[in-house]
Amino acid sequence: MGTETSGAPGKPAAKRQFRIWRGDAEGGDLQDYMVEVNEGEVVLDVIHRLQATDAPDLACRWNCKAGKCGSCSMEINGMPKLGCMTRMSTFEENETITVTPLRTFPVIRDLVTDVSFNYEKARETPAFAPPTDLAPGDYRMQQVDVERSQEFRKCIECFLCQTVCHVIRDHDENKQAFSGPRYFIRAAELDMHPLDARTDRKDYAQTEQGLGFCNITKCCTEVCPEHIKITDNGIIPMKERVVDRRYDPLVWLGSKIFRRGQVPQTSVTSEHSPGAVRSSAAGGGVHSHAGGSHDAQAEVQAQQGVNWHREVPHPTAPAVDASGKLPLTELTFDRAAAPSPFGDDVTFPLPPEHLNFAHPTQDERNH
Amino acid sequence: MTSSATRPQGVRARAAIAAKTLRTDRWWFAPLITVIGLSAWVAYATVRVFMHKWYWVEEFSYLTPFYSPCVTDRCIPEASHFGQYLPGWWIIPDAAFTLPFLLLFRLTCYYYRKAYYRSFWLSPPACAVPDGHASYSGETRFPLIVQNSHRYFFYFAVIISLINSWDAILAFNTPQGFGIGLGNLILLGNVIMLWAYTISCHSCRHIIGGRLKHFSKHPVRYRAWGYISWLNVRHMQLAWITLGTLALTDFYVMSVAAGWISDLRFIN
Repeated sequence: MGTETSGAPGKPAAKRQFRIWRGDAEGGDLQDYMVEVNEGEVVLDVIHRLQATDAPDLACRWNCKAGKCGSCSMEINGMPKLGCMTRMSTFEENETITVTPLRTFPVIRDLVTDVSFNYEKARETPAFAPPTDLAPGDYRMQQVDVERSQEFRKCIECFLCQTVCHVIRDHDENKQAFSGPRYFIRAAELDMHPLDARTDRKDYAQTEQGLGFCNITKCCTEVCPEHIKITDNGIIPMKERVVDRRYDPLVWLGSKIFRRGQVPQTSVTSEHSPGAVRSSAAGGGVHSHAGGSHDAQAEVQAQQGVNWHREVPHPTAPAVDASGKLPLTELTFDRAAAPSPFGDDVTFPLPPEHLNFAHPTQDERNH
Repeated sequence: MTSSATRPQGVRARAAIAAKTLRTDRWWFAPLITVIGLSAWVAYATVRVFMHKWYWVEEFSYLTPFYSPCVTDRCIPEASHFGQYLPGWWIIPDAAFTLPFLLLFRLTCYYYRKAYYRSFWLSPPACAVPDGHASYSGETRFPLIVQNSHRYFFYFAVIISLINSWDAILAFNTPQGFGIGLGNLILLGNVIMLWAYTISCHSCRHIIGGRLKHFSKHPVRYRAWGYISWLNVRHMQLAWITLGTLALTDFYVMSVAAGWISDLRFIN
């Protein structure tokens, strides 16, 4: 609607009024443009036409133009939306369309913001932790059990929910303590996963992710382009799970009387995930998929000839940035190529003389 | 001019946008009608609770939910289905055992929280519209951390729904024997909607099945969870519908008790 004819090539169509924020961290303002709009186009198409005509230096992130990559997040008439999924036909013909960068994150230039906050929060979230005695390849689960987690896997990480959330949008100081809706559904996804063995995800959500900051005003659900029911299926169930453990006087009384369910309440960010990948030998088991030995006894026999305490030179610590963490990307670091988390002097596979144990035939040290 | 990649460095500023919100739609409409709707209901309920009359229709055994169970010594004896325990001081509501819990159940309800945080507390009034407060700590400390007790008020709400159901059943038993009138249908409709609202509660959904890790090991609870999830999607609508049915039921009983209208009887 609104245009004179269809968008036939070369045929002029109606011009529409656009106001686009131009600038960078130093400052900027809304600038007016008159742009041609054809039938069936979306806001991102118009941004591209602007780049091709009036504003060749307009910065904008985009990728798939199909609402699946989550790159073209922007604020259109004040609402966080995907540029590629916002049809021009949803606006009045004489309406001025204002396009601004995501408000919650630092701006790099024009419509491009620095969303590192989200990657930092992602990195802090403990990874999927299958049971220790289960090898990759042996994962079996029923569809009904994994269905709830699968809803959250639809997330395209456009960070619209993160930018709209007033906890950090209006209160920048909460960024330290609050991870945001995207990571609450990550925690919910793993906590509901039938094969995730961690039991501390509720405590993690409450103490480390700041679940208590959420006052369930549901804007994350409103803006989600994948229509994930973030609040009803992710955040509220997580809040209820926290209530199970922390605010349920009956559970508290039961745990005092019967001394049940006493899980140490420690901070979980610093420790490594207890259920993380371990060799099948750790469980003393014999495994068909892990490529290990098929004969447990031979394994035990062979281990007797091993020197487990060889002295080896210590590798250098990994190169970290000012905050003590590995850099997020090569671009945020002070040298080219990503640094090794094991220290830059370590190469793989490790040379035999750098192993901290000796193979029975090595060093001729048989007991 | 050419565009080049910008290397991120240090703490950076947000885009300098002067306008507090750039929304052009009527974002203020939803919070406004919420304020009007909730305020009107609370005003009506307050007046009715402290009116201490017109809550019982003797000839058809209608008892309004606002006075159920009637537990002060001021209550009409026939209306006190569960005994009288409290003095009839005017400040004490006649349903003093149930009203506080019903209030707290609705106050801590996940839907009502959204509604009043947005409309009364402006935190935020609408999506992408700035919070009306300088600082924000959410539900991390007292008093709002108490919102986590919603589950306990849900348990009370179940008991109260049972009492309301009992009242609706007793209303079929008039002094002249079994009878049905319009008031019975209104009481029954109210109780059905109250059950739907109570059962669709997020805490209920969690207790029934949401807390399970393996649905496949609990097929019955999984099925119940499915039904409750279907209702739960309509929790907001049910929250408003029950406010409406509660007020309507009370108003109907008050009108009949005061003699403003006479009950339309179908049987007896």
